[in-house]
Amino acid sequence: MFLGLYNYWIVVLLMMIGFYIVIAHGNLIKKLVGLTIFQTSVFIFYISMGNVDSGSAPILAEGVARYSNPLPHVLILTAIVVGIATTALGLALVVRIKESYGSIEEDEIQIQDQLTEDKTSC
Amino acid sequence: MRTKDLLAVVMLTGIYGLLSASFFVVLDAVDVAFTEAAVGAGISGLLMLAAITMTGRSEAPKRHKPLLALLVVFITGGMLIYGTLDMPYFGSFDAPVHQHVAPRYINDSMQEVGVPNIVTSVLGSYRAFDTLGEVAVIFTAGIGVLALLSLPLRRKPLQIDESSEKQMHEQHMVLRIVSKILIPFILLFALYVQFHGDFGPGGGFQAGVIFAAAIILYAMLFGLDTARRVFNQSIVQLIAALGLLLYASVGVVSLFNGGNFLDYNVLAADPIAGQHIGILLIELGVGFTVTAVMIIIFFNFAGRREAQQQATELSSPELNVTQANSTEQKGGE
Repeated sequence: MFLGLYNYWIVVLLMMIGFYIVIAHGNLIKKLVGLTIFQTSVFIFYISMGNVDSGSAPILAEGVARYSNPLPHVLILTAIVVGIATTALGLALVVRIKESYGSIEEDEIQIQDQLTEDKTSC
Repeated sequence: MRTKDLLAVVMLTGIYGLLSASFFVVLDAVDVAFTEAAVGAGISGLLMLAAITMTGRSEAPKRHKPLLALLVVFITGGMLIYGTLDMPYFGSFDAPVHQHVAPRYINDSMQEVGVPNIVTSVLGSYRAFDTLGEVAVIFTAGIGVLALLSLPLRRKPLQIDESSEKQMHEQHMVLRIVSKILIPFILLFALYVQFHGDFGPGGGFQAGVIFAAAIILYAMLFGLDTARRVFNQSIVQLIAALGLLLYASVGVVSLFNGGNFLDYNVLAADPIAGQHIGILLIELGVGFTVTAVMIIIFFNFAGRREAQQQATELSSPELNVTQANSTEQKGGE
């Protein structure tokens, strides 16, 4: 009876995969990949909500009665480009972290931070 | 599942991007599919590749147990699925989403904006202010990458011939010839997407990423130095700013003409003609900014990588060997 909701379940599944990668992996690049998967799941969520049965792409044409909802398309289309720009910013940060810490593993960076903190405090 | 090799991870993300692009086509979101195909399958994978060449290719073995994370994920996922039980079914026509503003866009946009592609008229006219904000975010992200990765102005590269002979792009003759034939058509296609966005799928965002992808392809095959000579960095940066300025100034001009900010009806005597001018101009601005920011991002990543390689080559060779032996420290490969 709930089978019509399968699109949301796929979205939740993808979202949780991305979430898991973000919280369970220490590697910063992998965290960004996880964020990308999470982001795509949100895109799929919006696009699948805008879909209409036997609807057509929202470009006005003769003899088409039903169109999919254009609003999610607009939001997601811009979000994709914004997403790649912010991902690039994240990758740039990772590159800088590698240059100054010599590592992109979260725990190693934390240990180094701890060491410098201890040095400055005493 | 536990892939330690980040290269494989990046490859998989590329495939995932292409898959989601085709999925968007199935769901009638052609404009979105366009963007996702260029971004998800192309540029994002490329940037991640550039990043892992600088940060090392493999992940350190895990030291902590993932049980807590799994628990959190299952609880959150369960709650989210419970939350979906009240949602309207997939594809249902009478879902609340389709009752609010969508009917107005679908029924009236032809009279009010006069553009067959509803996505373009919503993006460029009804929600133009929103889009302005998004272009500003992209511009800001470009500046951020520039601030983080750009290098101080380099003295002239010392030995162009020697260093570039080793480069991959000097060897692949077939790739270079084929891409030399293809690149003009990719650029032409980008222009088509830019200016045909009113009538079919397309617009500034898609055209921008396609245009940038062609230039990045050029840079990959002919070397960064050649590409830098063709696309001067400071001019590209100027174009990024000009695009945003063009967009915002369309809004200011419509203010001066007695309308609201970004209300194109007042740009010409006939409101529909005004809308057409407005959408054309702002899409042009979006295209400029997106292209330029993507190029800035790629050039900075690639330039940083090149500088790192040169630094490791110039530093004493015996140190290089020890570095290579101690698995992967700076320099990657």
